[in-house]
Amino acid sequence: MTRHSDPTQVQLTADGRLKHFLTTEGLSKELLTEILDLADSFISTQERAVKKVPLLRGKTVVNLFFENSTRTRSTFELAAKRLSADILNLDIASSATSKGETLMDTLWNLEAMYSDMFVVRHADSGAAHFIAEQVTPGVAIINAGDGRHAHPTQAMLDMLTIRRHKGSIEGKTVVIVGDILHSRVARSQIHALKTLGAKEIRVIGPATLVPKEMADLGANIYYDMEQGLAGADVVIMLRLQKERMSDALLPSEGEYFKLYGLTEEKLKLANKDAIVMHPGPINRGVEIDSAVADGEQSVILNQVSYGIAVRMAVMAMAMSGQASEQATQKNEENLSAEAQATGDDA
Amino acid sequence: MTTENIVLPDAEILCQQLCNDLKQLISDKNLQRPLLIGIRTGGVWLAQRLQQALELPELGILDVSFYRDDFDERGLSAQAKGSELPDSIEDRSIILIDDVLMSGRTIRAAMNEIFDYGRPTSIHLVSLLDIGQRQLPIQADLVGAKLELDATQKVKLSGPSPLHLSIDDLSID
Repeated sequence: MTRHSDPTQVQLTADGRLKHFLTTEGLSKELLTEILDLADSFISTQERAVKKVPLLRGKTVVNLFFENSTRTRSTFELAAKRLSADILNLDIASSATSKGETLMDTLWNLEAMYSDMFVVRHADSGAAHFIAEQVTPGVAIINAGDGRHAHPTQAMLDMLTIRRHKGSIEGKTVVIVGDILHSRVARSQIHALKTLGAKEIRVIGPATLVPKEMADLGANIYYDMEQGLAGADVVIMLRLQKERMSDALLPSEGEYFKLYGLTEEKLKLANKDAIVMHPGPINRGVEIDSAVADGEQSVILNQVSYGIAVRMAVMAMAMSGQASEQATQKNEENLSAEAQATGDDA
Repeated sequence: MTTENIVLPDAEILCQQLCNDLKQLISDKNLQRPLLIGIRTGGVWLAQRLQQALELPELGILDVSFYRDDFDERGLSAQAKGSELPDSIEDRSIILIDDVLMSGRTIRAAMNEIFDYGRPTSIHLVSLLDIGQRQLPIQADLVGAKLELDATQKVKLSGPSPLHLSIDDLSID
């Protein structure tokens, strides 16, 4: 898979509107805030008796999951349905050897069914970007997680959670704890947190799971959890991704819990009103103690509800960007046809 | 027709007149528990005035961005803020309020949204201005003033206080 262009540019129209959603990296504060504001509006429509709005009526969304994820897939499915789109779920086991060609063949077949949007989850970093470059104009691509690279809708639902529970992201100290190495969520979070004005971003974990490049992204690295938690407003626990551990990066799960598991005692080191977040699914007793996961400071289940609203927002914005780009193109074609016709008359 | 020879009515006077007309309408039709709902943005300003004048306890706000029928041409409005309606609108007599009535498409969208919240007893429509050019079979029950404009001209209401009408002439650009 070769990269031809900057993913930040691929996801925007000429006038700077979202038309794909591939990464939080390089998006402006205004655009990220627009996503959060729109998601807020969709939270209010979720509280009604009729949860649907007719915004994407007649559109077809395909959930293209090359990697399993029940929660992400089902929240995307609900989001599409609540926007009145038709949705098709495809779980395709990823075949590492034949990806390039298989991926595009799959896509062209689905395009032939007049799909308007693909929600893509893939084990390879850059997969969604690759598809966005190849896809027919007018079709939107939403990245639902690509390899270790990005998981932008998860990052934005986390931003919404912080904004709704802490008032704003500006000036907050946010710590991300655990398996940073395998985490596309952490990367997308750091980009969004920086753009939205967090005071300090800390990543905490064992040296084997916290790559040094995190410092280049603007995060401060801590190997000691007690030190890292001091003064935190937001504590984001990451799942220990056992399925991605190909090397012996950890002594044992018990040892990991002792050093980096979030217990009530350790949480006391953070600010008193700190919130605890987790992208799920949680491993109780591995990275987080049940007492904390179910405790008063936990907003883990709120995150799931906000996930639907955020996904509705980016789907609506991307489809809207595609619609306006198509309309502009059509106008330009009409104008040049008119100019042609006038030229012929003269 | 040019901008110069159109005399726009005073929005404050129209608003005052609509207050009286609306009181009359509510008593004539014997509307029980009337609920005023303003359509963003101009309709909300007008609805707030009417709510104060009629001393009603609550006010609904409707943002029809998610219900518009021109999504494929124009996309989503960047100002989509969502609606704020009371918990239940079942069995309420709704007074729907907008600033300028033209094609009728906004009102169509608003009524569709209202029915996603529940089943009101009735809906009456109040508009500050009616500038014709209707594309749907929708008429207002109360109108401040009627006006004829060119297709290139758009009326704009600014507010919330004072309310003021002005004309944007798109053909001048």
